[in-house]
Amino acid sequence: MSDIADAASHALNLLAELDPALLGIVRLSLVVSVSASVAAAVVGLPVGAALAVFRFPGRSLVITLVNALLGLPPVVVGLALYLLLSRSGPLGIAGLLFTPAAMVLAQFLLALPIVAALSHRAMTGVWQEYGDQMQMDGLTRTRALVHILSIGRLGALTATLAGFGRTISEVGAILIVGGNIAGFTRTMTTAITLETSQGNFALALALGAVLIAISITVSGFAFWIEARIRRPASPEIA
Amino acid sequence: MKPNRFLLALLLLLTASVAQAADPTTIVLASTTSLQDSGLLDHILPQFTAETGIVVHVIAQGTGQALATAAHGDADLVLVHDPAAEAEFMAAGHGAISTEIAWNDFIIVGPDTDPAKIVGQTNVTDAFKAIAAAQAPFVSRGDKSGTDAAEKRIWRTAGVVPAGGWYRDIGGGMGAALNTASAMGAYTLSDRGTWLSYANKKGMRIVLEGDRRLLNFYDVILLNPATHPQALQAPAHMLAQWLASTEGQSAIAAYTKGGQKLFHPEADPKP
Repeated sequence: MSDIADAASHALNLLAELDPALLGIVRLSLVVSVSASVAAAVVGLPVGAALAVFRFPGRSLVITLVNALLGLPPVVVGLALYLLLSRSGPLGIAGLLFTPAAMVLAQFLLALPIVAALSHRAMTGVWQEYGDQMQMDGLTRTRALVHILSIGRLGALTATLAGFGRTISEVGAILIVGGNIAGFTRTMTTAITLETSQGNFALALALGAVLIAISITVSGFAFWIEARIRRPASPEIA
Repeated sequence: MKPNRFLLALLLLLTASVAQAADPTTIVLASTTSLQDSGLLDHILPQFTAETGIVVHVIAQGTGQALATAAHGDADLVLVHDPAAEAEFMAAGHGAISTEIAWNDFIIVGPDTDPAKIVGQTNVTDAFKAIAAAQAPFVSRGDKSGTDAAEKRIWRTAGVVPAGGWYRDIGGGMGAALNTASAMGAYTLSDRGTWLSYANKKGMRIVLEGDRRLLNFYDVILLNPATHPQALQAPAHMLAQWLASTEGQSAIAAYTKGGQKLFHPEADPKP
């Protein structure tokens, strides 16, 4: 068990020293994962809410599909995106392969079904509770969509954080499209993979501990903001 | 609508920090896990960058995958170690110039208990035959890397088709193979550089070294401008030239662990 004890002291040292290389890795991990999950929220929350509010042919098929994509294998997303972004692929001209932008794109694709599926579930509940009232008030379904997202924002936040959880912990896709380039596309998870392959288990585990701490901090921060927003906001639905 | 403004600010901040990737001349070097896991590239490339201002982005993959990356046009040059795969790459018109810049050797590592009694032997094919005869656990990279190709070549020379529960193909990098071999008390073929820098040697040792057939050569290959017009030729040439130059060669020679060179510059006499 000396590895685990070593890991604990390594983790504390890493944090105490504020090693610049580590800070760069932490920063990139956060930038990539937060960008990807915010983008997934911007697209996925309205999709989830729309699936709760609108009735259209093929709706249940879309819902089934979105839920099936919850299990999207990162390595497959990475490979497909690699072939698209490769110089010899259809989007190669953009020169995005082996850049942080490609990593954001990969993680966006992985987080999107999670945000959409979870927010759909949350918004369905809100719609059942407030839908009739909103329609009686003469709101169009499009306006109602905005309102249920506002009422169900805690559910929306949880869905977004689940998307963030997927992105910050993911390694398969970003390893392929990012390339784990030191100082450029190396994130916490790819660095952990690298340290493990060099037999530096204690350091790898320490990086893991730092990653978990960051993850907890981000979700704590998100709920704190949510609580602050909730207080001044008066109920918008009369 | 406070929350929206906050979100907008956050988004802008994030896009800005992703977009700031505008950099000086940057080239992509597709290379092998052995050169990365051993720490050699991290040791020598900063010196090249300091001298020339050219930033080198290293993608560390097995030789097979590194050559495929370059063949897709996603690298500016390659640095690999599998003569057969390299010859194929050149024959397909992907490469222009190939230069040998360093060498080291492969070794067989295995458990201290040495169940196949390899220690003391000097002939690598005999050692492989002994491992197969004893059905002692053997970890194969199985990832079409240079080391994997060398291992397969030795089995062929030994006239053994490795198969059965003792032969474990893990499909992973050198570090992963060493981790697995260490956990299973298995033998494996490793390049010396990765072994020397590997931090988890508990219960493992070198059981065979020194057979001339275990020499391992690293070549830098520049891409053919006709098939890969997008490759940044000028800075890639500078890197290839630097690696072969006195500065580059002494940088390779200066990388040691515990007083041992992990890689030999080209001029070092071969055993």
